[in-house]
Amino acid sequence: MTELSEAAAAAISCRTTPGAAVADYIEILKPRVMSLVTFTGLVGLVVAPGHIHPVLAGVAVLCIAVGAGAAGAINMWYERDIDALMRRTAGRPLPAGRMMPGEALGFGAVLATGAVLVMGLAANWVAAELLALTIGFYVLVYTIWLKRRTPQNIVIGGAAGAFPPIIGWAAVTGDIGWGAIALFAIIFFWTPPHFWALSLYRSGDYATAGVPMLPVIAGPRQTKRQMLLYTLLLWPVTAAPWLLGVAGSLYGAGAILLNGVFTGAAIQVWRDSGERSARRMFALSLLYLFLIFSLLLLDRTRGALL
Amino acid sequence: MRATDLEQERQRTIRMRNRALVAVLVGLVLLFYAITIVKMGGSG
Repeated sequence: MTELSEAAAAAISCRTTPGAAVADYIEILKPRVMSLVTFTGLVGLVVAPGHIHPVLAGVAVLCIAVGAGAAGAINMWYERDIDALMRRTAGRPLPAGRMMPGEALGFGAVLATGAVLVMGLAANWVAAELLALTIGFYVLVYTIWLKRRTPQNIVIGGAAGAFPPIIGWAAVTGDIGWGAIALFAIIFFWTPPHFWALSLYRSGDYATAGVPMLPVIAGPRQTKRQMLLYTLLLWPVTAAPWLLGVAGSLYGAGAILLNGVFTGAAIQVWRDSGERSARRMFALSLLYLFLIFSLLLLDRTRGALL
Repeated sequence: MRATDLEQERQRTIRMRNRALVAVLVGLVLLFYAITIVKMGGSG
């Protein structure tokens, strides 16, 4: 469909249907992704050395959340063609015809600009620049450049999801410390097993849409091997915050336990020929990241709580 | 769905969107107010 006829069809559709509802605007922000990203950003902010006024800390976290949502909205605008081809995404506001493409793009662009400017005014311009870099990286490098071209899309593109703790850290300190890089590395190495678990049991969808996810290109066996490799890499990577003094023994012990469970799940995926273990690994990966960052948070705040 | 129902649904959606927009604008005003107060207090 050409751009003109697509716009005309969308315009007609919006005149004859109720148009995008508030829930559609919320949906294109990808609230579930947003919540995890915001949480990791909050942890980066809390564990950073230094002090920030609680109101400004709240505003900085809000900016990270809005920035993540904006990137999600622009991603949905760009991917509306392949979203329409996949079962998991066909019901989204754009492929379902409930929202015009321009609305999603405009909404995302306004939110992204607003989040960056408010971050600069409330916290500092280093954090604002990092937020702008993250949104740009997710949209330009991951969504537009890598996703449809290489099976390593989520390995490199995963960096976008790993930036929020650095942004939170920078909001407090005004720079990027080694501790922030350690938090970045945890998410960066966690992303491949997380995404590949999903794409193992959705590979049919990705093949239909022509997205070269690793299971589509290299097959499940190679994907499972890579997942196990990245899961093993998480052992030294998650030890870094403890070695750098960002976290204490509570975090260290918890991380060892969580890595054991996560590695066990990756071995199960590697040995299993069905998709049940991959589904379990995907769910577990979300819990794993949440708990790792919860431990960091708990370790830093327990002194204040006790 | 009849044309009148569709029109009512459309009006309801527009009303909800307008209310959400008002809430966002009020939120923004309060946000900038809070940031200004904190920055003027020298805590930022």
